[in-house]
Amino acid sequence: MSEIILINNEDNVLICCSPLKKGQEISIDSVKYKLESDLDIGHKIARKALSKGDKVIKYGVSIGSMLSDTEIGQHVHLHNMKSDYISSHTRQSKVGEA
Amino acid sequence: MKGYLRNNGKKGIRNATLVVYLVECAKHVASKIVDSFDNDSVQLVGFSGCYPNDYALDIMTKLCTHPNVGSTLIVSLGCEGFNREALANAVKDSGRPCSTLVIQQNQGTAKSIVKGKEIVAEQLNSLASTPLVDLEISDIVVGTICGGSDGTSGITANPAVGSCFDHLIDHGATCMFEETGELIGCEDVMIDRAANQVVAANILGAIEKAEIYYQKMGYGSFAPGNAEGGLTTQEEKSMGAYAKSGRSEIQGVIKPGEAPSGKGLYLMDVVPDGEPMFGFPNIADNAEIVEMIASGCHLVLFTTGRGSVVGSAISPIVKVCANPETYENLSDDMDVNAGKILLGESTINETGQEIVNKVIDVCSGKKSKSEQLGHQEFVLTYKRFNHEEDSKLTLKHKGDALC
Repeated sequence: MSEIILINNEDNVLICCSPLKKGQEISIDSVKYKLESDLDIGHKIARKALSKGDKVIKYGVSIGSMLSDTEIGQHVHLHNMKSDYISSHTRQSKVGEA
Repeated sequence: MKGYLRNNGKKGIRNATLVVYLVECAKHVASKIVDSFDNDSVQLVGFSGCYPNDYALDIMTKLCTHPNVGSTLIVSLGCEGFNREALANAVKDSGRPCSTLVIQQNQGTAKSIVKGKEIVAEQLNSLASTPLVDLEISDIVVGTICGGSDGTSGITANPAVGSCFDHLIDHGATCMFEETGELIGCEDVMIDRAANQVVAANILGAIEKAEIYYQKMGYGSFAPGNAEGGLTTQEEKSMGAYAKSGRSEIQGVIKPGEAPSGKGLYLMDVVPDGEPMFGFPNIADNAEIVEMIASGCHLVLFTTGRGSVVGSAISPIVKVCANPETYENLSDDMDVNAGKILLGESTINETGQEIVNKVIDVCSGKKSKSEQLGHQEFVLTYKRFNHEEDSKLTLKHKGDALC
């Protein structure tokens, strides 16, 4: 059973498809990385090193931008990425914090 | 594949007889008539309201003249507002057997049920000789909807349906997707796929209208979900739903009941025009399914993570389960297990091909799971579309909302 999957070849994040534990090793392009946090199904993992401002690509399209630099194999979520859509469309008040 | 040939050249994958009640007061008689036949092609549909509504008349007319429908019995109490003459004339004009039973003119409940049973029996006899002709993928119209979504929907079932759509469209089919309220954040990606500038403008208009409407309803569709399931941003959540559409060029934006003008992929704009007035755009998944059927869908692909069990009158529902744990619990209700993608036992494209094969099976007459279980849900409510005065109101409110 695969622990992580790639949805689209252009994606720079992988999707966790079974619950993973901190310290557990995962393999990305045949290189092993140790997880720094627990991860649940559906969460994102950096497929490559990402820099602040980089677009996060899932489904082959941007789903937001990085707020800080992130190493390969690290969790990508609310703590290090944000919506581009909300700020650029001034809908912050309608959709809350990203 | 074989299809039932209709007078206008369209082909159906089913040959249903509809018993249509035109107000809640006529529903009992209609449902007794349907129940008296041990035949799942005799189906109950209807409209509960007594006040007339152009949208409901339009949708009901499109449904009764749908390629999957062979004949219609209209059941009227007698004093309701629904324009039964207009409906009957449209069905007769399509060449289908159609009768109207008015309960107040037929000595009430018991005698109306007896009379209705006779009429349906006659219609079933005449439908037995409906010509069957070759049916190609290029003849079919397929819709998709998601319901009971969870964090797995956007990474398994939805992209697998997208892959299926790409394949069907490559073979000349017509496909449609909807839920404009849950496509907010996808408009920039979507307009890149628009066939032309008019389509792009219509996509943007539909998404903006959805935002205003849902905001007025106080419905939380646009609030970012919590982080459960790993969703981080609004556009990520929307992209999960959007993945159902595949990668084909978007040929146009259609309103419920409007048939696509050509082959390929279409977006259905389900949100009413103008000032919000009749409540939520669609009160439940089946209201959206009915609209897609009214726009010509022969069958609808329904993706679900939590596990919806519904089917529909008129057109088969094929259920694609996103979550492997849900599939295990509800496998009797699910046609395709897209959760295998999460387990690494299948790819999106392989599951997409599995859905294509299921579409072909169901178009060939094999019953989907919801059909086998007798599901024939139907919801039709009040709506309003295409009022120019209302469009001005929408624009005014749009200005307010952006201030």
